[in-house]
Amino acid sequence: MYDKEKLEQIKQDNSDYEADWEKSVEKLAAKGKKGERKDKFVTGSGASVNQLYTPLDIDVDYRSEIGFPGQYPYTRGVQPNMYRGRFWTMRQYAGFSSAEESNARYKYLLEQGQTGLSVAFDLPTQIGYDSDHPMSEGEVGKVGVAIDSLADMEILFNGIPLDKVSTSMTINAPASVLLAYYIAVGEKQGVTPDKLNGTIQNDILKEYSARGTYIFPPTPSMRLITDIFDFCARNVPNWNTISISGYHIREAGSTASQEVAFTLADGIAYVNAAINAGLDVDTFAGRLSFFFNAHNDLLEEVAKFRAARRIWAKLMKERFSAKNERSMMLRFHTQTGGSTLTAQQPDNNIVRVAIQTLAAVLGGTQSLHTNSKDEALALPAEDSVRIALRTQQIVAYESGVTETVDPLAGSYYVEALTKRIEDEAWTYINKIDELGGAVKAIEQGYIQKEIQDAAYEYQKEVESGKRVVVGMNKFQIKETQPKGLLRVDPSVGILQAKKLTEMKSKRDGNAVQAALDELKSAAKGNDNMMPIMLKAAQVYCTEGEICGVLREIFGEYTPIQVL
Amino acid sequence: MTERKIRVLVAKPGLDGHDRGAKVIARAFRDAGFEVIYTGLRQTPEQIVAVSIQEDVDVVAISLLSGAHGTLMPKVVNLLREKGADDKLIIGGGVIPDDDIPALKEAGIAEIFTPGTPTSVPIEFIKANVRQ
Amino acid sequence: MDLVQLVKEGNRVAIARLITRAENEDPEAIVALRQLYSETGKAFLIGITGPPGSGKSTLTDKVVKELRKRGKTVGVIAVDPSSPFTGGAILGDRIRMSDLALDDGVFIRSMSTRGSLGGLSKATYNTIQILDAAGFEYILIETVGVGQSEVDIIKTADTTVVVSVPGLGDDIQAIKAGIMEIGDVFVVNKADREGAERVVIELAQMLELNANMGDWFPPILKTVAVRNEGIVDVVDKIIEHQAYLTSSGELCIRRKERISNELINNILNKVSAKITDKLSEENFWDSQLDEIIENKRNPYDVIDRIINGILQ
Repeated sequence: MYDKEKLEQIKQDNSDYEADWEKSVEKLAAKGKKGERKDKFVTGSGASVNQLYTPLDIDVDYRSEIGFPGQYPYTRGVQPNMYRGRFWTMRQYAGFSSAEESNARYKYLLEQGQTGLSVAFDLPTQIGYDSDHPMSEGEVGKVGVAIDSLADMEILFNGIPLDKVSTSMTINAPASVLLAYYIAVGEKQGVTPDKLNGTIQNDILKEYSARGTYIFPPTPSMRLITDIFDFCARNVPNWNTISISGYHIREAGSTASQEVAFTLADGIAYVNAAINAGLDVDTFAGRLSFFFNAHNDLLEEVAKFRAARRIWAKLMKERFSAKNERSMMLRFHTQTGGSTLTAQQPDNNIVRVAIQTLAAVLGGTQSLHTNSKDEALALPAEDSVRIALRTQQIVAYESGVTETVDPLAGSYYVEALTKRIEDEAWTYINKIDELGGAVKAIEQGYIQKEIQDAAYEYQKEVESGKRVVVGMNKFQIKETQPKGLLRVDPSVGILQAKKLTEMKSKRDGNAVQAALDELKSAAKGNDNMMPIMLKAAQVYCTEGEICGVLREIFGEYTPIQVL
Repeated sequence: MTERKIRVLVAKPGLDGHDRGAKVIARAFRDAGFEVIYTGLRQTPEQIVAVSIQEDVDVVAISLLSGAHGTLMPKVVNLLREKGADDKLIIGGGVIPDDDIPALKEAGIAEIFTPGTPTSVPIEFIKANVRQ
Repeated sequence: MDLVQLVKEGNRVAIARLITRAENEDPEAIVALRQLYSETGKAFLIGITGPPGSGKSTLTDKVVKELRKRGKTVGVIAVDPSSPFTGGAILGDRIRMSDLALDDGVFIRSMSTRGSLGGLSKATYNTIQILDAAGFEYILIETVGVGQSEVDIIKTADTTVVVSVPGLGDDIQAIKAGIMEIGDVFVVNKADREGAERVVIELAQMLELNANMGDWFPPILKTVAVRNEGIVDVVDKIIEHQAYLTSSGELCIRRKERISNELINNILNKVSAKITDKLSEENFWDSQLDEIIENKRNPYDVIDRIINGILQ
């Protein structure tokens, strides 16, 4: 970025500076003192940090590597004016207990100024079991809302016009079933599929490597995903068909660079799968979206987001020969880091979330969920959710960081970090390519092992005190847990099972059987499964019934043991 | 007689897929010299009990973050009792509110370890309380 | 009721407890094993070995299920190497056998090597005795085919299944050394992968070179264990080999050899333990050395005297 002559002068100045510093360290040492607090300075992900960064550390070409916002390689953001146009979508992940209770929470959040919905499903729904399945015991309505059929989905969105909101659904293995329910609810409201806006997570690969709510083996799972890409390109054009997620990879313990690398490697696998299924890259790539974590190391996180955008743009343009600009843009949702929250002195979490919010916004996120302070203790209570949302609003309206685009660009440190994360991520991506791609790397346990090693390393650093977590391993106080934590009524499981029995008695049994039979033969064949999935949804086939048929044909995934 | 090894089952009942904690604690137990049996995700209480019996573990360590602890943890204890294998130390970990802990202890869980607990704490607890 | 009686009745808590005691070399366990001995010798022992990543656990899981379909009861001993530094271990083979946990006709036990040489083969041998006495008709021993103690364990089996996979390259070389000679059935798992045919050919060539082959020529089978493909063949061949061993009298010869090895090992262990005890008696060793150096005694007499002293 500087001409040769200037760089030479800076180099000279820099070595003078270093020599001076060494002398003063020697002087201190003679007095038995240390110049620095610790022997080694590292980022939140454990990468070493220099004392000082200068123009010498930005060894990149501005025009080709940094460039302008809204332009390739999108390092500075995907829109030309970013938050001067409009703020990111403030989207709080919510859902618990029954469809009725969650519906009430959504209406509350929309009243509070939230601009998009984000549905959390309970574990039975995420794993394709109805509420009355033996495996569902104790889990119904616990970590999200219980949805067994279209009937529950109708209640969930009762009074919420689907052409007016954008809805994100955290659903993966059975994503096509829940998407079908959503489309069917829209039709009942008189909203055609082309008017629907939203996202399904639909990212099975990170379920295998980090999150654990898989159902089927990789091959049929990838087929379900590419069926959705194809179906939505034709019928639900504004739908984000996948949210390729690094969030859970990071939560499982990865470093920032691994988060970028493993997520983009998953992205490569999806693009390859879709191309192999006969789709043209530009018909679906513009609807791919991403989902990242935001941790406490503010500048490293900002650099991470910038590096991810740059790598993805290069991949799409160079490896996949995308022509459409939108195909090259990495658009992403962010959630603040759940694993950074402490159960001790939970009010401190508000501050952590504020820093992480800044990281996401300075990194150019398209939407954001901020965690509530009590999430290390229980599901968030209403007032903690409000504080979390207010945190976003304060950053948006009061902090000033939204008034210009990518304000940290050009910081010697941030640019050097961006480059470092990019380089580290490429090394991983190349390694995964050598292993035969993300699916193979997961089947061999490579990605899981890398994540677990990083997680264990982190744990040991915290326990040795090398890494300070305020309130947890330093500055502790004697405390008792706050009262008023949210509890899910344990009777929800029984109520939900009762509702299910009632619904089954009212629906057309013949139509259900016909739809399930048709689904079975579709699963055995190669045609797109979405249209028949929709048909099954409309006649009130339950999620458990639909997934049961698929389990029978596709089999179930058994994980590889890596420890 | 050779040195007696402490055998621990690290179990994840229910549908909860959060296994970072379970895997970290499994490694920490290994590094403390324990023999660790890890069963993977989505085990029913019945499976956990069957494995505990066959492996004759000294400790059953149950990890749960989904909120289903109130149902699943006591079920493991009761099934072990039914099978005549209740001489094992049963401990739990995860996102478990303080208010729930007395009931779990009442049900037979020896100790509950909540987020932020160093791995050395359950390790010492096991060494001090395991059957002799 | 006492442990021995409960084990004979197949009580699972008792079986598990006795295995633990035997593993810890508890003197009570040795007493129990003596009492149980008359009940043993009925089970057929199958060894399954292969390099890490070959899918042994999955294959074991499927073989057990196939044997169950045929109405047989099965004990499984899954051996995992332990962490050499701390003596701890993570035993994760069961993860592939989750749905066998609730089958009353199956008993699975995980074991680590616990670092000590020979200790594991002793513990495995004792566990086999216990499962045998408890009435399991087949006992599968699953272990990685590397290291001497693993080879020793596998040698206790009546039929040995050697598993390999395409894409591990050098591992065929690695298993060739100790295990190729003792394989009775060879399985190329993950046979849907590229290179499966090449592994089959390499194995066939190696077997051709193996000169001292009897009447049984080891078959090479292809499986995709995760999809349960080829498992019926594997079990058929195991049963065929069992029939061959029985009718040819080879089973008796093999078991005699195994007992012979077991006895020699145990005798040597006991004697060497006694010698170690004697030599570590205070001043004893030093005084012997002094006498030899001062030419008061010759080393030959000293050796004889020590050994005779121990043998008395």
